Amino acid sequence: MLLKILLRNAFRHKLRTVLTICGIAVAIMAFGLLRTVVSAWYAGVEASSANRLITRNATSLVFPLPLAYKDKIRSIEGVTLVSYGNWFGGVYITERNFFANFAIEPRVYLEQYPEYVLSGQEKEAFLRDRRGCIAGANLARRFNWKVGDNITLKGTIFPGDWELVLRGVYRGREDNIDENQFFFHWDYLNESLRKTQPGRADQVGFYVITIAHAQEAAMISDRIDALFRNSFAETHTETEKAFQLGFVSLSEAILTAIRLISLVVIAIIMAVAANTMGMSVRERLGEYAVLKTLGFGNLYVSLIILGESLVIALLGGLMGMAGTFPASQMVGRAVGDYFPVFMVTRQTLCLAFSAALLVGVVASLFPMWRASTVPVAEGLRRVG
Amino acid sequence: MGLLLAYSLRNLLTRKTTTVLTAAGMALVVFAFASIIMLAEGLEKTLVDTGSDDNVVVLRRGSGSEVQSGVSRDQASIVETLPEIALGPGGKKLVARELVVLITMTRRASKASANVVVRGVSETSFLLRPQVRLAAGRFPSPGLSEVMVGQSIAQRFQGAQLGNEIFIGGRNWRVVGVFHGGNTGFSSEIWGDVDQFMQAFRRPVYSSVIFRLSHSKLYSTVRDRMNGDPRLTLEAKRETQYYRDQSRALSTFLRVLGVTLTLVFSFGAVVGAMITMHSAVATRTGEIGTLRALGFQRRSILLAFLVESLALGFIGGAVGLLGASFLQFFTVSTTNFQTFSELAFSFTMTFDIVYKAMGFSLIMGFLGGLLPALRAARMNIVEALREV
Repeated sequence: MLLKILLRNAFRHKLRTVLTICGIAVAIMAFGLLRTVVSAWYAGVEASSANRLITRNATSLVFPLPLAYKDKIRSIEGVTLVSYGNWFGGVYITERNFFANFAIEPRVYLEQYPEYVLSGQEKEAFLRDRRGCIAGANLARRFNWKVGDNITLKGTIFPGDWELVLRGVYRGREDNIDENQFFFHWDYLNESLRKTQPGRADQVGFYVITIAHAQEAAMISDRIDALFRNSFAETHTETEKAFQLGFVSLSEAILTAIRLISLVVIAIIMAVAANTMGMSVRERLGEYAVLKTLGFGNLYVSLIILGESLVIALLGGLMGMAGTFPASQMVGRAVGDYFPVFMVTRQTLCLAFSAALLVGVVASLFPMWRASTVPVAEGLRRVG
Repeated sequence: MGLLLAYSLRNLLTRKTTTVLTAAGMALVVFAFASIIMLAEGLEKTLVDTGSDDNVVVLRRGSGSEVQSGVSRDQASIVETLPEIALGPGGKKLVARELVVLITMTRRASKASANVVVRGVSETSFLLRPQVRLAAGRFPSPGLSEVMVGQSIAQRFQGAQLGNEIFIGGRNWRVVGVFHGGNTGFSSEIWGDVDQFMQAFRRPVYSSVIFRLSHSKLYSTVRDRMNGDPRLTLEAKRETQYYRDQSRALSTFLRVLGVTLTLVFSFGAVVGAMITMHSAVATRTGEIGTLRALGFQRRSILLAFLVESLALGFIGGAVGLLGASFLQFFTVSTTNFQTFSELAFSFTMTFDIVYKAMGFSLIMGFLGGLLPALRAARMNIVEALREV
């Protein structure tokens, strides 16, 4: 009954209400989209496992570590698997075709990352072919690669043309696994380096370490770093999550900006909604005066206004939330090369809903105050 | 007509709350638009100012940035023999061998780590970069473990202040100077002696060779000569072009983000303006009828309401731009994806941005006011007068 009154009230001025609802819907959609962009940034962090550590050179990622560290790390108690790799930074045809490509030690690496699902046959073919490579499903789709295709990467860090053969296409076990990566044999890289630049051979960019118990992560990290303290290449070991967070924090200024902007859009729509509510209440002051004369209290009158405002804001909010899905799918397709995982999360939806709720409440505050303080006589005197 | 204009503008004054709310919505849109474009502008300006047109950067072919590049000693010596290199004071060739690496440092404010460029420089590097001036302390002496840091680094990073020691490559480096790079990327770098760095980092190769052309037009000669020399696997780029390339990805990202967001946001603001103007027309039906009865033409009424809504747009635009102009006091420091290193730059306001933002705001006002104004102009005199 009450809802019916609220709806009737809200749609008394159809054009205005429809416009406001559209405005709120678009704003909430924009808000949802921005939050999705932010969470896309954190996709790598979400997908990381607590059982994996990453060791890199303490100075920075651009410095390598000797291959000889592998066995030393392996011998530390609590470490179960060790593999290694290099950020290869190769370019496929032109620089526009950016994707992450790594030279890795494949056998252990794939064991450490069971979330990259590869059929047994493809895995076998990849492990057996020294020039073999594997690509994520998204990446393969993007360039229309089929298993067996020849792929040539142009090296930026390791000069030359690197000829590879696609031996498999992996899929993510969960939705949030990056399917845009590219891996090939570290041995292939290393053997070529031995011939062309012997000074750079037998060095790796990072070690991936699997530990038996996640709670020992801090202790084992310290042990690894202590092992190589005061050596030519000191190490910095952290959990995979911290490592990924480090990448996110590189662009923290941009993330902060996006977060701020997502608040600005809420502020904009708050101004619009408050304007609408203000107008409705101003026009109807006479009616509220009548209600008051009939004995309805200020509280009741305020509740009617609040309810109306919430009806408008939530209608808009729900429409906006519904629109977030197709919109983010569209954007996701457009920026998929940079943000491999672009999904609307439940947290985003919750935030969007609270934002709509907040808009509804704030927009009605001033009109509520106005309607409950205006003296009955003055309210009745106003016509129209 | 003057009367009608005054009527429109005074109406905005009378209905203060509505005017303020609508203009505030538009101001926020303009603010968001201006601030993102200012960021992209600042980034480009910083990186373009970093290079100078007469300087040429020589990198290994195929490597996009200095960090990825490698130039061996013998190749560097060959480059130094190029006859097109300008001579400096004392007849010395203006050519510098440099080493660029990244190190991880911790930010003071957020304790987050970031990659900072460490540049090993030769003595001529300072002659090639006249923008770089000492702000405090002295230049590092060659042969010693001394560095000088850019101002943005000294302000933002732990342990990078004058007199401190930075631990890099297994050695402590004393910070003996802080330099001023002006509005360039050098302000976000740490400089020290190239030979010391090569030893400490165990890098047998330089990252780049920089030289000044004796005449700006000689660039293509140099490029062709280097491409034709089979001993060199290097490529030459004008310094300005080199730095412009490095800003492309991030600034494109910012611009696309800015324009897309603003288009979405402006929808909200246009709706706001439309609501306001519709209500302005609706509550003044009687007055419009009177005006028409007095002999004002439909066209004049249309114009009057459009002016009112444009005025709303103008107020919104002005307030938004005023707010955005305060952003110029802030400096943003973030990682440039392309070089994977830290870069500080400030919001930069240009006339171009002012025009665009203001035009944008006026368009919002126009779109919002068009339909309501048409409705006002189409009103039937008799019916409008009956409303009162």
